[in-house]
Amino acid sequence: MNLALRSGAVASAAALTLLLSACSASNEADPTTEAATTTDAATSAPATTLSGELNGAGASTQDTAMQAWRAAFQEQNPDLTINYDPVGSGGGRTAFLDGSVAWAGSDAALSEDEYALAVDRCGADGAINLPMYISAIAIAFNLEGIDTLNMDAATVANIFDGKITMWNDAAIAAQNEGVELPATAITIVHRSDESGTTKNFTDYLAKASDGAWPYDASGDWANSLGESGQGTSGVKQILTDTPGTIGYLDSSQAGGLGAVAVKVGDEYVVHSAEGAAAAFDAAAPAGVNGDNDLAFKIDRTTSAAGAYPVMLASYVIVCQTYDDAEVAANVTSFLEYTASAEGQTLAAEQAGSAPMSPALSEKVVAILEGIAANSGV
Amino acid sequence: MTTTDKRVAEEVPLTAHRRSLTNVGFEWLSTGAAALILVLLAAVAAFLLTEAWPAITDTSGELADKVSWIKPEDGESLLQVVGYLIFGTLLISAIALLIATPLSIGIALFISHYAPRRLAAGLGYLIDLLAAIPSVVYGLWGAIVLIPVLQPFYAWLATYFGWIPLFAPDPTTGVVSPTGRVALSAALVLAIMIIPIITAVTREVFLQTPKLHEEAALAMGATRWEMIRMAVFPFGRSGIVGATMLGLGRALGETMAVYMILSVGLSTSFAILQSGNHNTIAAYIASQFPEANMQGVSALIAMGLALFIITLLVNMLARWIVSRRSEFSGAN
Repeated sequence: MNLALRSGAVASAAALTLLLSACSASNEADPTTEAATTTDAATSAPATTLSGELNGAGASTQDTAMQAWRAAFQEQNPDLTINYDPVGSGGGRTAFLDGSVAWAGSDAALSEDEYALAVDRCGADGAINLPMYISAIAIAFNLEGIDTLNMDAATVANIFDGKITMWNDAAIAAQNEGVELPATAITIVHRSDESGTTKNFTDYLAKASDGAWPYDASGDWANSLGESGQGTSGVKQILTDTPGTIGYLDSSQAGGLGAVAVKVGDEYVVHSAEGAAAAFDAAAPAGVNGDNDLAFKIDRTTSAAGAYPVMLASYVIVCQTYDDAEVAANVTSFLEYTASAEGQTLAAEQAGSAPMSPALSEKVVAILEGIAANSGV
Repeated sequence: MTTTDKRVAEEVPLTAHRRSLTNVGFEWLSTGAAALILVLLAAVAAFLLTEAWPAITDTSGELADKVSWIKPEDGESLLQVVGYLIFGTLLISAIALLIATPLSIGIALFISHYAPRRLAAGLGYLIDLLAAIPSVVYGLWGAIVLIPVLQPFYAWLATYFGWIPLFAPDPTTGVVSPTGRVALSAALVLAIMIIPIITAVTREVFLQTPKLHEEAALAMGATRWEMIRMAVFPFGRSGIVGATMLGLGRALGETMAVYMILSVGLSTSFAILQSGNHNTIAAYIASQFPEANMQGVSALIAMGLALFIITLLVNMLARWIVSRRSEFSGAN
């Protein structure tokens, strides 16, 4: 992350030098606009080539994917510098609303207050949420010789709240006939840092467990039980090293560990990118700001076939219109790329996310094209 | 130059040569370097205070509202979280110091007074080398290699010495942490990290014991151990305290090793074999900073301020001890 930031800084420094030199070459008119046009003219690129600097900030969940997207997109548009500061969802939304970044990445959609603030920032049409990054969260365990265990949400909640302490507990055995469960103690593993993974996992527990999970959804682990690891890698290391452990981590990192198949409807479903995408397709629209606002309320209790509701969805938050045509062109082109089938596949390869369904992907791209048109690109 | 000349004349120099440009230049350089330290210290303190101010002065409850790791529904406030962290920091550092100090003094004594000269030189070099290992390497080594080895020992400790509150197993499960990611592990790795520092300083102090004192003790018929007790320890006492405080300073501020080894939690429990009970300020700041919002950053910097104050206090205490002790040492 540091490296990425630093290389971003170097890149922006380079872009700045370029602009400055362009500046000094021309000696009339407004320096900033002049600089941009001169650079364009100097490279004599086709009209589609983007230039300048594009800044975004927000959720660190999207950071891995964002790094891949930035690298790929900047390769196609060498004059454009894209920065993404993974300050966290809240920080990203704040930076977007006060106008210091062009778009925000966020694990949560805008709140009511923020919609109001967005009108000041973006104009009468305000801002909208667009889904961009979907990923399944695996509930993984380390038990010799067992690859999957079936559990309903209440069982998972009871395990993570310390009410079920042994692997051969009746509640687990009842859902796993024919599986030889060892009489070992369960060790819970959770994240020690605040994370979107924890927030979505506990949201699932809170909503789907019929009250077995007595806490609210939170990015910080709620109780003081078990072991904790730093980041996804920290959790994975504990899970891999210690038999009898159970934890949750991003689906892409759960290879080699046993996985809990959670009860969805009457079936048990193991984590997968497709399952997460299916769960997201089953989510209820929760957009407030017109048809273009694609916020969703994920139904953790969904019974849709093949859906895996233990997942996280992360949005990008953009204005419906941008004052500055150059910014609008940069934002929409970049995000159209990330939402496209190509961008989603890249994220799936690099970050292990679940690609959005083609229909949703096309819808997001169409909305972004509309934003570009509204902003006079 | 005229003013300098005047001052030289007033000071009645022992040697009557004029102060050269080099002399004046060097004086300015060293004064500047000393002043820079003060300026840096003041700048850090000012930064901590201004950035932490919104969090410290918040009375509206907005802080608890915006910062997810402060849980007012559990009756927590920023002050309480900081309190838990200070407890964890001091507990882990104190255990580390308790383990490291006797070991370090032993190693230093061996090098300065027992080992054959050639072995002593090699050993001294090795100890200095240990001090140069980055803490993240100690952290990784501790988490991946050391902890799995220690865990059975912890289980044994809890079985036979579980009646000591320090080694009590988890009351709900009746066992110690199965991963060994507990406060004692963090303290042990910290101890290993600070041993080279304490050893290097105490060794130098022991080596400077006046030969006359040592020979006088031996001449009176003292054994080597009695000589060390009568001549070396009294002379080196302030040095030992200083070295220990230097080690404590490092232990208090150590981030990476704790961050990678400890299963964190917040409490004032003394059970160092149970996971999820302790955390240190530095590790907490490192783990919460990436996702922190504006209010969160301010609250984290307030914790940094607390650590800054604790470190200052510890150093002042050390100074005070050293100055008190020096009256009784054999040095004068």
